[in-house]
Amino acid sequence: MADIGEPKVRGPEKPLKKGEVALIKTLIKHPMESGLRKDKATGDTIPADYIEEVTAEYGGATVMKAKWSGAVSKNPFFSFYLKADKSGPVTVTWKDNKGTKWTEKAEIKVE
Amino acid sequence: MSMNSESTLTRRRFLGGAGALAAACVAAGMFGLPALVLASDGPANVDEIIAKDLGAGPIKMEKVKIDTPPKAENGALVRMPVSVDHPMEKDNYITMINIYVDDNPKPLVGSFEFTELSGKAEVELRIKMAKASQVRAIAKTNKGQLYGAVLKIEVAEGGCAG
Repeated sequence: MADIGEPKVRGPEKPLKKGEVALIKTLIKHPMESGLRKDKATGDTIPADYIEEVTAEYGGATVMKAKWSGAVSKNPFFSFYLKADKSGPVTVTWKDNKGTKWTEKAEIKVE
Repeated sequence: MSMNSESTLTRRRFLGGAGALAAACVAAGMFGLPALVLASDGPANVDEIIAKDLGAGPIKMEKVKIDTPPKAENGALVRMPVSVDHPMEKDNYITMINIYVDDNPKPLVGSFEFTELSGKAEVELRIKMAKASQVRAIAKTNKGQLYGAVLKIEVAEGGCAG
């Protein structure tokens, strides 16, 4: 299972002004099998194995919640924004259809 | 045209005219019976799916931008940046962006929920596309107004634009 997990979250390195909008980039290793592909050798359907939910918490609230299908690319990169109003972590959680969860955070610094 | 694509076309034509069948499957689902026929790759009515997901109101084709080149070099990694030019402030913000690939067996590829704390209704991800399709991004405001953008994306065969 080496090719799964290793979640990464990256926000701006520099301190932000209060109210500034910050780009948050995320990356995780995951096969993102849709469950619709067939194994060419055996003809068997390859079981679904994909991240179906990504959430971002910041300042005690959910600022972004994504629901994905198996059509999102393997090892998914994903970015979104948040309004930086206080210093603290943005915590991103990925959950796949098998119930496995990964969590990673980045510190948001507000001057 | 290969045998395979001909048979796909025939099946699509058949299913396309089989609204009653689809309705029967939906009814079966409502009564707790397995909707076996809908489970695989028939063409979907994306307008109906959007109405169900986001509401049936009119969609203004403005404010939303799908910033993808119209020809994808690699179908395994199609860049999908979607942005909405709309305020993100209390009582006036984008609550959701949904991205649909019309020709996918499951057209809804991603759904993204925001709050006014999101600052900006913009996401970027990468999606898989086996073949050319129309892609739609539909945004919903907290007042239920819908905005959208449509883009036809070609997929270069064999992963190169040649």
